[in-house]
Amino acid sequence: MSIVHHERETAGAAATAATSTTTTSASGTETISMAAALNRALADAIAADPDVVVFGEDVGPLGGVFRITDGLAERFGEERCFDTPLAESGIVGTAVGMAMNGMRPVVELQFDAFALPAFEQIVSHVAKMRNRTQGALTMPLVIRIPTGGGIGGVEHHCDSSEAYYAHTPGLTVVCPSTPQDAYSMLRAAIASPDPVIFLEPKKRYWAKGEVDTTVTATLGEARVVREGADATIVSYGASVVAALEAAELARDDGFDIGVIDVRTLTPFDDETVCAAVRRTGRAVVVAEAPGFASVASEIQARLSERCFEYLEAPVRRVTGFDAPFAPPKYEHWYLPDAERILDAIDTLGLSPTGATR
Amino acid sequence: MEASLPRDEPVQLIDADGTAHDDPEFPLPDGDTLLRAYRALVEGRRFNDESSALVRQGRLAVYPSSHGQEASQIGAALALAEQDWLFPTYRDSVTITARGVRPAEVLTLLKGDWHSGYDPAVHHVAPQATPLATQLLHAVGFAQAAQHRHQDAVVLAMCGDGATSEGDFHEALNFAAVFRAPVVFFVQNNGFAISVPLARQTAAPSLAHKAIGYGMPGQRVDGNDAAAVLSVVGAAVERARAGGGPSLIEAHTYRMQAHTNADDDTRYRDRAEVAAWEGRDPLIRMRAHLASTGALDDATAADIGAGADRMAAALRAAITTDTAPDPENLFRQVRGIRSPQLVEQRELLLDEIRRSAQPTPAGGAR
Repeated sequence: MSIVHHERETAGAAATAATSTTTTSASGTETISMAAALNRALADAIAADPDVVVFGEDVGPLGGVFRITDGLAERFGEERCFDTPLAESGIVGTAVGMAMNGMRPVVELQFDAFALPAFEQIVSHVAKMRNRTQGALTMPLVIRIPTGGGIGGVEHHCDSSEAYYAHTPGLTVVCPSTPQDAYSMLRAAIASPDPVIFLEPKKRYWAKGEVDTTVTATLGEARVVREGADATIVSYGASVVAALEAAELARDDGFDIGVIDVRTLTPFDDETVCAAVRRTGRAVVVAEAPGFASVASEIQARLSERCFEYLEAPVRRVTGFDAPFAPPKYEHWYLPDAERILDAIDTLGLSPTGATR
Repeated sequence: MEASLPRDEPVQLIDADGTAHDDPEFPLPDGDTLLRAYRALVEGRRFNDESSALVRQGRLAVYPSSHGQEASQIGAALALAEQDWLFPTYRDSVTITARGVRPAEVLTLLKGDWHSGYDPAVHHVAPQATPLATQLLHAVGFAQAAQHRHQDAVVLAMCGDGATSEGDFHEALNFAAVFRAPVVFFVQNNGFAISVPLARQTAAPSLAHKAIGYGMPGQRVDGNDAAAVLSVVGAAVERARAGGGPSLIEAHTYRMQAHTNADDDTRYRDRAEVAAWEGRDPLIRMRAHLASTGALDDATAADIGAGADRMAAALRAAITTDTAPDPENLFRQVRGIRSPQLVEQRELLLDEIRRSAQPTPAGGAR
């Protein structure tokens, strides 16, 4: 209990600090945290479209346990941002009904494991309503779920549940890693005609970056974070940071490693990812969810099917272990880090002077 | 509207013999309305029995009959205004036809042609829900949106006694009460959730009593008395329309047939119990009542029978006409924006179909 309390306070303080110390650069972009970027995206979406409503547990006066909805209820009124009874199936189930009646609900489910009571609504109704009714009823709703570990949270607060959603036809599943993507992709998710599971890597909430609110995103497009000639690291969410660290460290050893941020887990951008892997002939997939039957497995399988004749080595995966997410004192062992990614790169058959072909 | 406990005895306006009884709170609907209800009861019974026959002939995969429950289904549907919405379950086919959906369209799901066979917006009927109680939350959200958009629409959310054990039932009632959503929850207590009797679903004095815990009124009604259902549901609908918030109604009825054709109800209930409920048939009592008031003469009865015959014939013709499934449908409306993965998979299937349609070259092993 005390740990959760501490975590919430930390989250709130950090997010508040981030929103209050916004800086504006000469180019018109702002340097803000991902939490502030998400808050801005929600505010801009509410202001732009009278059908957008934001609701969930603690999203009102408190502003959300991570303060993502900070100030929305005050600014737009309880009609547009409101607290519900504490019941996740109820939150998502009523969002389904609202979407049936022409609204665009954006709901928050506080942590990965707390979303599970809503799983039936998500799989049986959110994902299928359009198909069941042959397009007569659509589900333009967004389900925001803070995802993953790395914040020292206690059990049930730090899982990575993306594979459950990615496995469900009809859902779009996204997971941004930067403040810019967080802003642009949340705006795109709210505008999407399809239901979007919007996974927010908790560990990235307080990371700052430049955000230009005029930049738009198309869901379903991966981003080349860093070009590389020798191998490609394919990743998403908080793991992109570890991937970049690994790529930097590998440069000291003389390797030129590219990094791709998948951003949208489904629909998957085969084109961008395969183009990079075909160019480098070597790939490592990195994600913090357990590896068995995971999104990382899916990416690995797709690369094997589509890039086999270009591959110089088997595609490797670096993932969380097939064990329940670790307690806070163990998570540094559990989470894929640059070290583990470098070990995987070591198995790709690269020579220190560059790629051996 | 303050929460109030249901009565000790279900509201009944017309008894099993067809005799009408005055009720201080719930007036007997007028003769024209009752005659309209009777016509719908006859058609509903015919729809139920025709559908069961179509299952036996292999034309429907399955049919969860509401034979014996027609008064609950018709009474609830007729209590709604045109602009109101209905959120039904898989057993509520007769309610849906009473809202004006073409019988053959109601059976599209059970025929296997697609998951929902009608456009919800046309008759204000949500797709039939197969998972239990999930649609009750949709009904609440829909009603909240109606409030938000200042629509004059009340939502009727239907479920069975088994569904009252599900978490979504409780969440739906709680949300509706907290937000004072214009929803009427209508539980058809037909005694069984497949084989499990009511005593294993609840230890409450009645299902209607659950309402008090959420802060809404609850009421019990004789579910085999279409007049009582119409009056009680009608009052709840009007209260919701006037901003009085949600309410819960439990209709006491009985499932006269097995859960579906896949079920053997002799394993879990006595024939004597079923026989006892035959004496409370909703059609017999309404006919007796209307005959006693002179509203139903032989000519009108014949006309109603002929109408049901026409409906049944049209239904049979539609269901026994096979429509060729279009493989393209598998990939349509999965997403608003088709994914590259679906584009590829569509090509794969169409290619498979093209190749299987071509004659194999002589001696050509694959």
